[in-house]
Amino acid sequence: MDKPFAITLDVGSSLANKTGSWRVERPVYVDRLPPCNNACPAGENVQQWLYAAEDGSYETAWRTLMADNPLPAVMGRVCYHPCQTACNRAQLDEAVGINAVERFLGDAAIAAGWTVPVTAPMTGKHVLVVGSGPSGLSAAYHLRLRGHEVTIYEAGPKPGGMMRFGIPSYRLPREVLDAEITRILDMGVKLELNHRVADIRAQMSDGGFDAAFLAVGAHIGKRAYIPAGESAKILDAVSLLASMEGEERPLLGRRVVVYGGGNTAMDAARTARRLGAEEAIVVYRRTRERMPAHDIEVEEALQEGVLMRWLSTIREADGGRLTLEKMELDETGFPQPTGELEELEADALVLALGQDVDLSLLEGVPGLQVDDGVVVVDSHMMTGHPGIFAGGDMVPAERTVTVGVGHGKKAARNIDAWLRGSSYTPGDKHELATFDKLNTWYYADAPHAVRPRLETARRTSTFDEVVGGLDEGTAAYEARRCLSCGNCFECDNCYGVCPDNAVIKLGPGKRFEIDYDYCKGCGICVQECPSGSITMVPEQI
Amino acid sequence: MTTSPIKFYQVGSFAVGNRLLDPQHRSVQSDTGRSNSINSGHRACQGCGEALGARYALDAAMRATDGKLVAVNATGCLEVFSTPYPETSWQIPWLHSLFGNAPAVATGVAAALRAKGREDIRVVGQGGDGGTVDIGFGTLSGMFERNDDVLYICYDNEAYMNTGIQRSGATPPAARTMTTQAVGPNPGNTFGQGKNLPLIAMAHEIPYVATATVAELRDLEAKVEHAMSLRGARYLHVLVPCPLGWGSASGDTIKVARLAKESGIFPVFEAHDGEVSSVSKIRRRVPVEDYLSLQARYAHLFNPTRQDEVIARIQAGADRNIARFGLLDEQTEVAR
Amino acid sequence: MLRQIEGSAAVAATVACCRPEVICAYPISPQTHIVEGLSRLVKSGELTGCEYINVESEFAAMSVAIGASAAGARAYTATASQGLLFMVEAVYNAAGLGLPIVMTVANRAIGAPINIWNDHSDTMSQRDSGWIQLYAETNQEAADLHVQAFRIAEELSLPVMVCMDGFILTHAYEQVDLPTQEQVDTFLPPMVPRQVLDPDEPVSIGAMVGPEAFAEVRYLAHAKQMQALELIPKVAQDFTRVFGRDSGGLVHPYRCEDAETIVVALGSVLGTIKDVVDEQRAQGLRVGVLGITSFRPFPLEAVRAALSRAARVVVVEKALAVGIGGIVAANVRMALAGIQIHGYTVIAGLGGRPITKASLHELLTRARADDLDELTFLDLDWELVERELRRTREQRRSGPAAENILRDVGIIAARVK
Ligand SMILES: Cc1cc2nc3c(=O)[nH]c(=O)nc-3n(C[C@H](O)[C@H](O)[C@H](O)COP(=O)(O)OP(=O)(O)OC[C@H]3O[C@@H](n4cnc5c(N)ncnc54)[C@H](O)[C@@H]3O)c2cc1C
Ligand SMILES: Cc1ncc(C[n+]2csc(CCOP(=O)(O)OP(=O)(O)O)c2C)c(N)n1
Ligand code: SF4
Ligand SMILES: [Mg+2]
Repeated sequence: MDKPFAITLDVGSSLANKTGSWRVERPVYVDRLPPCNNACPAGENVQQWLYAAEDGSYETAWRTLMADNPLPAVMGRVCYHPCQTACNRAQLDEAVGINAVERFLGDAAIAAGWTVPVTAPMTGKHVLVVGSGPSGLSAAYHLRLRGHEVTIYEAGPKPGGMMRFGIPSYRLPREVLDAEITRILDMGVKLELNHRVADIRAQMSDGGFDAAFLAVGAHIGKRAYIPAGESAKILDAVSLLASMEGEERPLLGRRVVVYGGGNTAMDAARTARRLGAEEAIVVYRRTRERMPAHDIEVEEALQEGVLMRWLSTIREADGGRLTLEKMELDETGFPQPTGELEELEADALVLALGQDVDLSLLEGVPGLQVDDGVVVVDSHMMTGHPGIFAGGDMVPAERTVTVGVGHGKKAARNIDAWLRGSSYTPGDKHELATFDKLNTWYYADAPHAVRPRLETARRTSTFDEVVGGLDEGTAAYEARRCLSCGNCFECDNCYGVCPDNAVIKLGPGKRFEIDYDYCKGCGICVQECPSGSITMVPEQI
Repeated sequence: MTTSPIKFYQVGSFAVGNRLLDPQHRSVQSDTGRSNSINSGHRACQGCGEALGARYALDAAMRATDGKLVAVNATGCLEVFSTPYPETSWQIPWLHSLFGNAPAVATGVAAALRAKGREDIRVVGQGGDGGTVDIGFGTLSGMFERNDDVLYICYDNEAYMNTGIQRSGATPPAARTMTTQAVGPNPGNTFGQGKNLPLIAMAHEIPYVATATVAELRDLEAKVEHAMSLRGARYLHVLVPCPLGWGSASGDTIKVARLAKESGIFPVFEAHDGEVSSVSKIRRRVPVEDYLSLQARYAHLFNPTRQDEVIARIQAGADRNIARFGLLDEQTEVAR
Repeated sequence: MLRQIEGSAAVAATVACCRPEVICAYPISPQTHIVEGLSRLVKSGELTGCEYINVESEFAAMSVAIGASAAGARAYTATASQGLLFMVEAVYNAAGLGLPIVMTVANRAIGAPINIWNDHSDTMSQRDSGWIQLYAETNQEAADLHVQAFRIAEELSLPVMVCMDGFILTHAYEQVDLPTQEQVDTFLPPMVPRQVLDPDEPVSIGAMVGPEAFAEVRYLAHAKQMQALELIPKVAQDFTRVFGRDSGGLVHPYRCEDAETIVVALGSVLGTIKDVVDEQRAQGLRVGVLGITSFRPFPLEAVRAALSRAARVVVVEKALAVGIGGIVAANVRMALAGIQIHGYTVIAGLGGRPITKASLHELLTRARADDLDELTFLDLDWELVERELRRTREQRRSGPAAENILRDVGIIAARVK
C-alpha cells in the first residue's frame, strides 16, 4: 500500500509510546491471608484447596489439604470449623461450607484409596509419640513425611483417642476414622497399642528415642461434689462414651440426666437417647447463650428430643431422684443460687463437667512445668525439658480435634528443626484479606448448599451418621462459592479491565503480570479485583 | 437478553473471565488471543472509560466477524488519543474523517464493500456523545433511516471531553461542564433538556438498538455479537465514564458505570425493530446519591450545602427509568 | 455515439460508463438531473455493481463518498452552490485524505440572496480546498472531462471537481458525442486505490498531525497538484488517442498567436467570447481568447506562454471576491509576474445575468482603447446601484469605517460613470 505521509499510519505503532512513564502509583499483585486460613487451627490452606476443588481437581485439592492435615474425612465431620465463622462470604450471604467440602474430599480419598508417599530420605532419627489421638497422629504423619522414624505408644486397645472413645459414631463413623488412621500407619508409622507410658524419660532412653511428642489428651472426667445416696447411679460422660466402644452397651434407664453444658454433655445426652432413654435432660447452670456447646450440637440435640434445664445446679442425688437448685445470672453473667429447689426424677446422672489430664508419666522430668493441670509449652511446642514436646488437650489451648492436629503439625516442624540442630521459624503472615478488600459485585449469588441430614426418627434409634456428605456436584458448587479472599483465582478481571492492555495473562495457573511499560497506574484493576489480590503502591520517583 | 447469565460458577458471568467455563463460553476479553483492536501506547487519560469501551466493543466485533472489520471514527477523544502522528494504536482498518460525519462515512464504506461483493467485511462507526447525538445526528439519522449495514457505537461520556468538557445534548441535568458551570442559582446543566438517543434510534425502527456500560462486559460483548449477527442499521450506546470530565477517581471508572446502572440513572436494555425486547435488571439497587457523590461534576449538590431538592429530582429521573423500563424484579435486593 | 441530449443526461450517461461503484445523491438545482439520470440507470439495472445512495445532505454525500473511496470504491457525487458549501468540511477532508473522488458541480450562485442561476461563486470558494478543478466549456467537454477526471483522480489519488455551468450547460440540449463503454474501458482502467481499508492489511487513515509535520503534509499536497500539471495534458492526449477528439488539458488558447488583446475566461462563456473574437477578427482586430480548463492546479506557465506576447489581458470571470475583485484575474496576474501588460478584471454573469455578445463587443472596444477600469462590472445597472447607495447613505448614520467603505465604492462608481 502506498500510504500518504503522516495521514495514514501503520497499525500498532503506538507501542513506541511507553505510557508507563505517566504512573505515580503502581499496581502490584499480592497474596493476602484469607480469613479461613487464618482461623484454621490446623493451618490449612483452605482457600487453596477450595480453588483446586472448584474445577473438580479433587485429588489436587485433597493433596493440598493433606499437606497440613492428615485427617480430612474426620475433620470434615467433627471440626467446629472456625474457618466458616471467619469466612468473608458470611457477610455476603452465608459462609462457604468449607467443612462439607473437606469431608467430601476426605471421603473421596478413602473411596479412591489415595495415599501419601514418603519421599524424604530417612534421617536416622527416631521420634516417640505418646498417644494416638489426633494430635499424636498428626505429629507422627508430619514427622514421617520429613523422613524420621516414628513410633506411637498408645495405652488403649485402639488408636484414635477421643475421636474413637469420645466422639459418638453417629457423628464419626468408625470406618472413616480407621481408614484415615490406616493411611497414616501405612506410611511406615509404627504403632504399639496397649502400651501405656508410665515414665517418659525411661521410655525414651530404653527405646533410644531422639525426641518425644506427648499427646495423651485429657481423659479424667471431672467430678463435682454432689451428695449422693447409695443407690444413685452416677457416671461420667467420658467413661460412658468410651464404653460405647466396648462389647456391652451401658444400661442407663428410662430417664437420664446429663450435667454440664459442653459438647460432651450434648454427645452424652444424644447417646442416651440412642441407648433407649425416653427422656434425656441436660442440666446446666447458665443460659443457652452461655453454653460452651456449639450451636449446631445443641440444635441437633434438641431436634432429637433432648430436653434442657437452664439455670439449674444439682444439689443432691438420691436413688431415682435429684434435687435441683434454680440459679440466676448476676450482672457479670455469673450464676448465683436462688435457694429455690426442685426435684427431678432420674435413673442415671451423667457428669459432663470437663476432663483433667493424667500427668503421671511426666513425674520427675526436670524443667517441666505444669500450670492449672496442663503442661506448659513454648512457641515451639516444646516443654521445659529439651527434646520433649507436647500438644493437644494436654497443653493450654482449646480442646478440639483441629487444634490437636495443628499442634501435631507444628510440633513435627519444630522437632524436625530441633533434631537438625536448628530452630523452626514460620514465614511472615500475609496481611489479612478482610471483607473490605474484596469487590463482591463479581461473585454470583449462590446460597449455601445444605448437607442432607438424617431424619430424626432414625437419629434417635440408631447410631447411623446424622449428617450426610455432599455429592460431587454440590461439593464443587460449594467450593465455587469461595471468594478466594486475597488470592488471585484467575478471573481475568485485571486482564480485561485495563484500558491500556497493560496486564499480561500468563496462562492457567500462572496468573498475571503488569506490563509497567504501558500501565498508567489508573488503579481500575485494583478496584475491580474481586479477591483483593492487587494493591497500589507509590511509584519511586 | 441475548445471553442467559451463567450461574453457580463463583463469578458466574460477572467477571471478565471464568476458568471454570468452556472456552467457547468465555468472554472475548479473557482470551489472550483477543485482537486488542486498540492497543497499548494510546494517550487516553488514566482510567479512561472510552478507551476501555472501545476495546471491549471492537474486540467483540472482531471476534464476531472473524477479524473482517473496518472502523470509522468521529473526531473526539477516542480519535485524538489513538492516532497522533506518528503513532496509531489501532490494529484494525480504521478511518477518521470528521467530527460530524462518521455515520455517513461508515455508510460509504459499507456501500463500497457491497458494491465489491465483500459484504463479509463488516463496518462499525463510532464516536463520542457529541459526535453522535449533536453534530453527527443528521448523518446518523440518515444512516438509520436508510437502514445501512452499519453498527454505530456511541461512547457516551456525557460531554465534549476532547475540547475540555463542554455540555452536549447527552449531558445530564445538574452536571457541571465548562459551559454549564457550577455557579449561580441553578448550578450545572439545566433540567428538562437533552435527548435520549437510544429512544430516538428506536423511533427509526432499525433492527437493533441497545445500551450498555463498561461495567458489564459480558452484556456488552453479547450485544455487539448479536448486533453483528444482524444486517442493517444497528445502534449501541455505551456509557463510558470519563475520570477527567466527571471528576471521578481513575480507578473508579467501572464502579461509576456500575452505579449508573444500579441506580437506574442509565437504563440498560435492548430493542428490536423499535420495540424494547429486554432489559438488564438492577441487581443491587442503590440511591442515585451513591453514584453522584463519586463525581466532582456533582460536587455542588453536596457542598457547601446539600441540595436535597436537586438530588431528589435526579432520583425521580432514575425512578422514572426504573418504572418505564421495568428495571426491578422481585428478587432485586433493595438496599437502603 | 452522437446524441441530441441534455447536458445533465450526457454527464449521467458518461459517468455511468466510468463504472462508478458508489454514487451519492442529493437534490439541488441545477445539478439534480444528473443524479436523477444516474438513479434511473442504476435502478433499471443498466448500471450494475453500483450502490446508489440517497443521502440526507450534501455533507453526507461527500462523507459517504469519502468512506466509499477509502474502502477502494470509485465514488461519485454531484452538487452545486449551497450544497457545495454545506459539504465544505468534507470537501477539504476528501482532499486532505487524498481520496480520488469525482464530483460534478453544476455552477450556481451562492445566497443570500438565494439564487439558482449560474455563476462560479460556488466552486471558486473551493479553489483552495485541495481538489483539482476542471471547467467545461461545452457539454461535450463536460462529458469528456468526467472520463478524464476519474483517470486523473485515481492516478494521483486526489479528488477532482468537474465544473459545468448550471442551466447553461446542464439544461441545454445539444449534440454530444457520448463516450461508448468500450472507449471508456480502454481509456479508464479499474481503480487501484493507493490506500484502502482492508482487514488483510490494516492501516489507520486520518491521523492527527501536529506542527512537526503539518507543513510537510500541506507541501506534499501542493506537490501532488504540481504533478497534475504534467498529468492533465498527458491524459488529454491519451483521450484524443482513444476518443478521436480534443478535450481537457490545461488551457485552450483560441486565436491567441498574434493577439494584442486576449480575453481569459472559464466555462461556457468561452463559446460566446469565441464568437465575439471571430467577429472582431473578421474586422481585422487582433483579439484572441484563452480558456482555462484546469483552474486547480493553476497552469501558470501555460497561461504565461499564451498571454505573454499580448498587450492587454481582459479576464472575464463569473465570481466576485468581495472586497477586492477578481479571483481568476489574481491568478492570471501571478502567471504574468514581471511582464508589463494592461490587465483588466471584468466581473460578469453573476447570478445568471446573461453575458451578451453586444456587451462583450463593447467591452473589448473599450479595452482596446484602454478605457476600462481595472475592475469592471459588466452590464451593471449603475442607476439602481447609485440610488440605493444614496438612500442608505442618507438614512443610516454609520460609523467612520463604514463611511469610508461607502466613500470608496462611491469613488469607484463615480470614476466608471
Ligand atoms: C465426647 C467428646 C466429643 C468431642 N467432640 C469433638 C468434636 O466434635 N470436635 C472436636 O474438634 N473435638 C471434639 N472433642 C475434643 C477432641 O476429641 C479432643 O480435643 C481431641 O481428641 C484431643 O486430642 P489429643 O490427641 O490431644 O488427645 P486424645 O484424643 O485424648 O488422645 C490421647 C491418646 O493418648 C492415649 N494415652 C493417654 N495417656 C497415655 C499414656 N500414658 N501412654 C500411652 N498413651 C496414652 C489415650 O489412650 C488416647 O488414645 C470431643 C471430646 C469429647 C470428650
Ligand atoms: C465541526 C467540528 N466542530 C467542532 C470540533 C471540535 N471538537 C473536536 S472533538 C470535540 C468534542 C468531542 O466530543 P464527543 O463527541 O462527546 O467525544 P469525546 O471527546 O467526549 O469522547 C469537539 C467539539 C471539530 N473537530 N469539528
Ligand atoms: S478526557 Fe475523558 S474521554 Fe477523553 S481521554 Fe480523558 S478520560 Fe478519556
Ligand atoms: Mg463525549
